[in-house]
Amino acid sequence: MVPKPIEHAAPSTQVLYKVALPVALILWLLPLLGVAMTSLKPSSDLAAGNYFGLPSYIAFSNYADVFTNSPIAKYILNSFKVTIPTVIGAVAISCLSGFALAVYRFRMNLLIFFLFVAGNFVPFQILMVPVRDLTVSTGLYNTITGLALFHIAFQSGFCTLFMRNFIKGLPFELIESARVEGVSEFRIFWYIVLPLMRPAIAALSVLVFTFIWNDYFWATVLTTSAETQPVTAGLYSLNGQWIAQWQLVSAGSIIAAMPPVLMFFLMQKHFIAGLTLGATKG
Amino acid sequence: MTGSATTAIAGTRTQRPGIWKRNQRALAPWLFLAPGIAMFALYVIYPIVASMWLSFYDWDGLGAKTWLGLENYVELFDDDAFYTSLYNNIIWLVLYMLAVPAGLFVALFLNQTVTGIRIYKSLFFFPFVISQVVVGLIFSWFYAPNFGLFYNLIEWLTGTGVAVLADDRYVTYGIIAAGLWPQIAYCMILYLTGLNNVAPDQIEAARLDGAKGWKMLWHIILPQLRPATFIAVVVTVIGALRSFDLVSIMTDGGPYGSSRVLSFYMFEQALSEYGFRMGYGAAIAVILFAIMMVFISGFIWKMVRDERGL
Repeated sequence: MVPKPIEHAAPSTQVLYKVALPVALILWLLPLLGVAMTSLKPSSDLAAGNYFGLPSYIAFSNYADVFTNSPIAKYILNSFKVTIPTVIGAVAISCLSGFALAVYRFRMNLLIFFLFVAGNFVPFQILMVPVRDLTVSTGLYNTITGLALFHIAFQSGFCTLFMRNFIKGLPFELIESARVEGVSEFRIFWYIVLPLMRPAIAALSVLVFTFIWNDYFWATVLTTSAETQPVTAGLYSLNGQWIAQWQLVSAGSIIAAMPPVLMFFLMQKHFIAGLTLGATKG
Repeated sequence: MTGSATTAIAGTRTQRPGIWKRNQRALAPWLFLAPGIAMFALYVIYPIVASMWLSFYDWDGLGAKTWLGLENYVELFDDDAFYTSLYNNIIWLVLYMLAVPAGLFVALFLNQTVTGIRIYKSLFFFPFVISQVVVGLIFSWFYAPNFGLFYNLIEWLTGTGVAVLADDRYVTYGIIAAGLWPQIAYCMILYLTGLNNVAPDQIEAARLDGAKGWKMLWHIILPQLRPATFIAVVVTVIGALRSFDLVSIMTDGGPYGSSRVLSFYMFEQALSEYGFRMGYGAAIAVILFAIMMVFISGFIWKMVRDERGL
């Protein structure tokens, strides 16, 4: 283990470490803690210059205000409507393409694989104008479907990379012996490989959920109205309306951040497994 | 007659499944790949080509396109805003790389087994999970003149506060600091996983040989963390060049365009209230794409080498 386990250090060092941990954490999360605190302050506190002290009372009313006086509930709903189909679509497509690239040897295999990988890294701006045109011309501009379709296509790059590497790690003998028995390729995929992919599907779903929930750029490019905008783009326009009403901006931010945060804490193991795939081998 | 007809029918009967059966293994991958390739070609490959083509035109997004040849690019080379954006992109790229050693530092700090360390690790990772929009708003509050925590801290230290986001000398650095916050968390988690897999016997052996501190880190640990470092560098470079959200949220490119980066400037030219110069925007995007391709090709080259080595 690196660095040296602290249990073997002098008692004074151990105490120092245990004190340093919470101090470092508070410093690290200071901006976030400040915003969380502000979101619970009544506006009178801010008007009176109480920026750093504790709230004079806990004003959950800021949250109620945000929900009643802004379309944030609608924004959140839109975010779910974009995110959930994207997760299903991108994961399903990449199960298929990942399987194809991991199991079969054919001439274009590596070329296609690296096309997916490279596509995943390109700047969004090189796609922006044509994707917007495409969406406008198919009548999907400013619709949830239009936004989700793009996300599915773009995410399938990263997801294919992920699935392909995961399937490569599975024991290939399983597939070989099924082939010897005369099992068709589709049955091999469906009955042998797919059940083994469950952990990868879980990890990828959590990850894609967070990526798409947090997307801001495509939300601004492909949607314009409160009827269709997800919460990231919505928060940007609300921020423009709530000038200097930091208690509302803070409450809105916390609300918008909640779903991916919950997802992370509930599915932490899968999330980290997904994020770090490849960080340990090749 | 009847005999040959029946054999012919029987022949097709046995041959029909035969064609599929014999070619199943050659055809199956293409069937599995079809949906992925179709979507990716339509929404990623085609738009890249279309953008390059569009960069030779003048187009407002609605009317007819006018051929300009290289004029968009010629105009770019005389455009101060383009140089500001390019310069800021370089600053982003250089300073963003700090996330890699900082992430390693935090990972080493947290790689212990005291009680509750798991919760500490997840809370340190927290900034990565929240949207950049929220990170941007949090830091805008942090920097806010008069009541922001940071503003007050500086005022307390130096006597005068600094309105980071309204000052063209500091604004880009202020935004980068906000971007580093989640990026350090990301690199940290990559390194924490990497540290889990460091071979303990090698470390013990090195310890017996008297390796300690920096020497241990440099000669024993870092070589074993190479895969984690590679991924951390890739995601940090791409993240730095993709920076858009924070600029848009925190300053909208201001003050006076001084915090623009290429991705933001492209958006501003092509799709904002300042006008719909799609062709000019596409030219900016092509430049950004070319810069990123240098890095992407490097990464792919390394990955191909690893793949061949397997």
